[in-house]
Amino acid sequence: MRLGWFRRGSRGHGADRAAGSGAADPKCPRLSGWFRRRRWGDPPRPRHVPEAVARLSFVGVLLVAGFVGLRSVLPPALKNKALQQAAALEREKAREPKYAGAHACGECHGEQYEIRRNGYHRNVSCETCHGPARGHAESPVEVTPPAPRSRSFCPTCHAYDLSRPVGFPQINPIAHNPLKPCITCHNPHDPKPPTVPSACAACHAEIERTKAFSPHVLLDCTTCHSTPEEHKVTPRTARVSKPSRREFCGQCHSQDSKHPDTPKIDIASHGEGYLCWQCHYPHMPELE
Amino acid sequence: MRRRTFLRRVLAFLTGWALGGVARHSAAAREGRGGSCYGMGIDVDKCIGCGRCMQACKEENDVPREPYFFRTWVERYTVKRDGSVAVQSIGTATGGGGDGFTEKEVVRSFFVPKLCNQCAHPPCVQVCPVAATFQTEDGVVLVDEKRCIGCRYCIQACPYGARYLHPERKTADKCTFCYHRLVRGLVPACVEVCPTQARVFGDLRSPASPLTRMMRLQKIHVLKPHLNTEPKVVYAGLDGEVR
Repeated sequence: MRLGWFRRGSRGHGADRAAGSGAADPKCPRLSGWFRRRRWGDPPRPRHVPEAVARLSFVGVLLVAGFVGLRSVLPPALKNKALQQAAALEREKAREPKYAGAHACGECHGEQYEIRRNGYHRNVSCETCHGPARGHAESPVEVTPPAPRSRSFCPTCHAYDLSRPVGFPQINPIAHNPLKPCITCHNPHDPKPPTVPSACAACHAEIERTKAFSPHVLLDCTTCHSTPEEHKVTPRTARVSKPSRREFCGQCHSQDSKHPDTPKIDIASHGEGYLCWQCHYPHMPELE
Repeated sequence: MRRRTFLRRVLAFLTGWALGGVARHSAAAREGRGGSCYGMGIDVDKCIGCGRCMQACKEENDVPREPYFFRTWVERYTVKRDGSVAVQSIGTATGGGGDGFTEKEVVRSFFVPKLCNQCAHPPCVQVCPVAATFQTEDGVVLVDEKRCIGCRYCIQACPYGARYLHPERKTADKCTFCYHRLVRGLVPACVEVCPTQARVFGDLRSPASPLTRMMRLQKIHVLKPHLNTEPKVVYAGLDGEVR
């Protein structure tokens, strides 16, 4: 394409005029003739619109018409930002929650709810341990939330971890009463460490602490000891009893014992006639 | 009409119009202030790093089970004796030792739960090219998953790393403060299951909400205050090492 304004300085007016006149073919005038600034002595502009411009404007009109038409056809939700966001908000609101909240549990399980509310776990929501339970709240028979009973569950919170805040109750899951599920000793709705009667622990605190970590933690003091009332007044003269026969320990530890998970030995041949507690310390019996 | 009268009347009209506009604007502003403005308080000293919040969030919001997709997560900060700080994101199942540190090395260690800060000036909303992420009237930043084109620009822009690309929907996803629970009068799932009440949820504008009480009684920090995002997740007992 030859552009008149570009060549104006280099070639002079005469040549420019000759190039821009488009006299050779009046049907297809040069574009440069149409757009060039008119100067004195130029031939008059062609009367009809050049074809290229006509085509271009047709395309332009089509584009504009298409845009306007599409905008009028499109639903307002596709054009309006506020409407879109309102729709997104509605979708978000319509999602169904899966955790029902502790109050919903309390409506049916009032007893456990009350127990929990007064214990150390008062701030622990039901669904923290039992999992999302909204399905259970709506159809209580078909859906039942799990009740975790395994030993691996409680250490999620209560295993020792050096990043945990000081004072939070933590245990060593390997050494703490091995093989027993936590709920044997601790009621999860009202957890308390198993306690020795304060009457015994007042003087025998060391035994209390030792026994708390031993497999015998669940046995009361009075299971093995008879405790006369005078023992509290005159401990040296009124002694508590100790088991005096091997058969006493054999109730749980002999081979014909019905106790499910105690280590068993042959009472008759084991230990050459010594009493059990002469070799094994009953408040912290070794596993081996 | 004389010229002077005309000018006087025009001036009077303009003044009245401007005053009316100001009054309307301030009324609208007051109306806006009447609604709730949700926020969350996190007491760092209470977090035991049990990861229940992460589990509950995944359950409640259908976040993919695979690791590395979280709407909320918990970081373990460990300040060591040589002054270095280690930050680990804990998995959904924790417990046990401090991941490769002996107690002699460690000066102090603690857990910091993190989530979308629901900024008052959110960078993610600013950068979204299709206006798919927006702020609701109560201050929660949401993602319109039908509008989102998955360009990940918001994920890059978030200074708190709170967003991820949902692997199935291929759209940006983030914490919504469990908006569907809020409208039903429930608290977010992570707050519901937190066993130590390390997370507190409430209305920042209500003087009676547990969050306002926590902010009154504790010394409060926010994450990255220099970015001027004005987070609505506030931290109590935050260590200077937390970034």
